Amino acid sequence: MNTGTLKLIAKSLVVALLLLLLAGLLYWLFFASRWDWIGKYLPLLLNGLWLTLLLWVLSCILGMILAIPIGLVQVTGPRWLGAIARGFCTVIRGTPLLLQLWLIYFGLGSLFPQIAQVYPEFRQDFMWLIRLDAFWYALLAFTLSFAGYEGEIMRGAFLGVPRGELEAARAFGMSPWTVLTRVWFPRAVRLVLPTLAGEVVLQLKATPLAMTVTVMDLAGVVRNRITQDTYIVYEPLMLLAVIYMILTFIAVWAFGYLERRVPTKR
Amino acid sequence: MSAKPGFPEILALGPTGYGDELLWGAAMSLAIALLAYALGLLIGTIGALCKLNGSLLTRSILEGYTTLVRAVPELILILILYYAGTATLNHLLESAGYEAMAINGFAAAVLVLGFVQGAYSTEVLRAAMQAIPSGQIEAAKAYGMSPWLIFRRITLPAMLPFAIPGLANLWLIVTKDTALIAVVGYTELALATRQAAGNTKLYFTFFISAGVIYLIITLVSQKGFALLERRVRRGQRQLA
Repeated sequence: MNTGTLKLIAKSLVVALLLLLLAGLLYWLFFASRWDWIGKYLPLLLNGLWLTLLLWVLSCILGMILAIPIGLVQVTGPRWLGAIARGFCTVIRGTPLLLQLWLIYFGLGSLFPQIAQVYPEFRQDFMWLIRLDAFWYALLAFTLSFAGYEGEIMRGAFLGVPRGELEAARAFGMSPWTVLTRVWFPRAVRLVLPTLAGEVVLQLKATPLAMTVTVMDLAGVVRNRITQDTYIVYEPLMLLAVIYMILTFIAVWAFGYLERRVPTKR
Repeated sequence: MSAKPGFPEILALGPTGYGDELLWGAAMSLAIALLAYALGLLIGTIGALCKLNGSLLTRSILEGYTTLVRAVPELILILILYYAGTATLNHLLESAGYEAMAINGFAAAVLVLGFVQGAYSTEVLRAAMQAIPSGQIEAAKAYGMSPWLIFRRITLPAMLPFAIPGLANLWLIVTKDTALIAVVGYTELALATRQAAGNTKLYFTFFISAGVIYLIITLVSQKGFALLERRVRRGQRQLA
């Protein structure tokens, strides 16, 4: 037998295996899987989608706002401030987000009632802080995480703006603030736009962690409500995977559109 | 009121403190990360070679694999693969006449994380292999080298300088992704920490201690990868 026939046999085997797999999947999808729960849980799912989107978009925006000074002080600020910012980035990037989330939710969450026990006035004035929903703890954790990753990227971006442009801006008599808002920051953002797209997608893929601290986002609704009520495991998870995939593709497409809109000199 | 053990004592080794539980969890995390990383590299190398040299069929299968895995959150993938994988295996065992068995959580964690890492490694290694000037491979072919010899002597050493930064990133990601295994209930560092913190209510002490362990792993790995990169870049022109 020559190698040609061997290759053909191997190839047909792979194709047969794939077709079998596909047939199995289709059979499961149409005959064995159950989707009757969707109608009942649709309002909850939509609410979960809303929370997921809120968590994603808000943490990205707030994190970016934090990341700008974090990146900036590492480039031009006083040395001690730069060292603090660098340390913050190292710690955030060096530890799992799940651990940061748990530290903030369980740690801060248990701190406020303890303070209230010692100072009764605290309970009256800051009741809202003690009753705070898990969503806000998750938002804080995700914001800090995004700021840590993005601060490191912004540092590189601020460094990457050609010195001559900044000198030209100063030579025009611009104040440091005007230099930052008119030249330095807009140029830096253009440099990071492709990286930013990747980071935003990563942030979306981090949001299901919120379900571990009782947030009822999409993943929380699926795992902590649907699966617990109905004992259906796979179908909701599949739905979850498909929704996240769609959101990922939308984000990638949107950033691609944005990148094409930004004028660049080639 | 008897004094409860406070900050330094609670981290002691032995039955009075949680130090040994944390260290055992850290060892588990590291072992899972190492094996998953190795599995990911194996999948990645084969995947990258097939993606560059394979037929249209192989390439589309791999394209589907890498796109799908990279577009779905790791946590969801781990839940799907963990439950679906163990259930399918037991289903197959039962239909083949064997008894269903409890799946080893450690092995499942390694397989699941390795499968996810494989998709990312495939892309990193494919890009690195594409960066090799094609003339070098053609020259090797002209010398009559076998495909394996070309891979060992040309492709591997020439792509490593391009691949090491991406691979270093993947290692840092997998060490942190082991924490996700806590969600399916296997006791590694993150879950051990959460249990210890829940028992003692010393949340800050334990979560910060675990954070320090993760941070040490990260910083040591970064140092190691920097040395490795210098080694594979020897003989190249220094940048800046």
